[in-house]
Amino acid sequence: MRLLTHNMLSSNIKGVTNGFPLLIEVEKVVEKQVDFNEDFLRNMFPKIEWKALVEASRTMGYTELPENAESSMLDSDEFLRKFHHALIELHLEEGALVCPETGRKFPVNKGIPNMLLHEDEV
Amino acid sequence: MLPKTAQIRLMSSHPEVYDPCDDSFALVDALLADRANLLEHRPSICMEVGCGSGYVITSLALMLGKDSSGCHFIATDINPHAVCVTHKTMEAHGCYAELVITDIASGLETRLAGSVDVMVVNPPYVPTPEYEVGQFGIASAWAGGENGRSVIDKILPVADNLLSDKGWLYLVTLTVNNPSGICLQMRKKGYASRIVLQRSTEEESLHIIKFWRDLDIQLEVSECTALNKTDHGVILNSLLSRVPRLPFWSRDNCGSH
Repeated sequence: MRLLTHNMLSSNIKGVTNGFPLLIEVEKVVEKQVDFNEDFLRNMFPKIEWKALVEASRTMGYTELPENAESSMLDSDEFLRKFHHALIELHLEEGALVCPETGRKFPVNKGIPNMLLHEDEV
Repeated sequence: MLPKTAQIRLMSSHPEVYDPCDDSFALVDALLADRANLLEHRPSICMEVGCGSGYVITSLALMLGKDSSGCHFIATDINPHAVCVTHKTMEAHGCYAELVITDIASGLETRLAGSVDVMVVNPPYVPTPEYEVGQFGIASAWAGGENGRSVIDKILPVADNLLSDKGWLYLVTLTVNNPSGICLQMRKKGYASRIVLQRSTEEESLHIIKFWRDLDIQLEVSECTALNKTDHGVILNSLLSRVPRLPFWSRDNCGSH
């Protein structure tokens, strides 16, 4: 699971109002190199919750992302590479995503998060 | 020449997962026929709801060129085995998609709202008793409840929420699902539609519908909403606007409830 996906996931438990971002419990992180695409990064940037991405990447062991970011920084190649690395190249292979409000864990196995709810959570 | 669709020999499978069938092939054929438009569309995010074996999302990734234009693919399925199979299928084809085990798009809806440029859905559309809907095994691939519409009717508002302004939705339906009724329902939400492929097999008649937001329809819908007219009132007004104005036929006299 890439941090791009983590940035798009929120707790879907009934009644939860503060379900984003999900906390990450790391068991296994894998880095997979991919060519970066500037257009995609520029398109995605406005949709990304930056603080959540920074926090998540730090949990995954990557500390290079600046605390704050604005669109003018997309003109910097160095920034783009760091953004790309955090968003696209870091994978949570094994671990869990944790609802910030209830503490409920959504398992991540082989890089796939399981967001299925039990009957009483729907 | 690189293959533009998934290859059966590379497909992964599992007893609890729906193997690609006529409906999967029809959807991929519809996408292939629209390939030039899809490439020109330059989607950033493509999503499949109900990925099953991964045949469709893999084919979509291949036909759009897996390393071109930075398009990202997301796929979901309520069946964990299906997502696992999709993962293997995509890997075998050298493709990648973000995979989530979830009910339709639960968990993604808030943050992904208005971001999906292309959505493809081959839903469980077979008419079945209601109790068969939403079971986690292979039946989740086909069980569609009354008129096969239970899951389709859950998916449509999700699609409306997730699709971007330029978003396209491709939906597989059977005649029994009442495709024209679905188109009408979507029209009320501002979507134009077209049946892009129709195919009759021994068992079923498939209609693949493409939906997209249309400005004129959206304006029409918002006008109706603003004036608080019912469908009846709209039709009446539309007819009457064609009739020469006589005092007792003035538009102000009708459509008010």
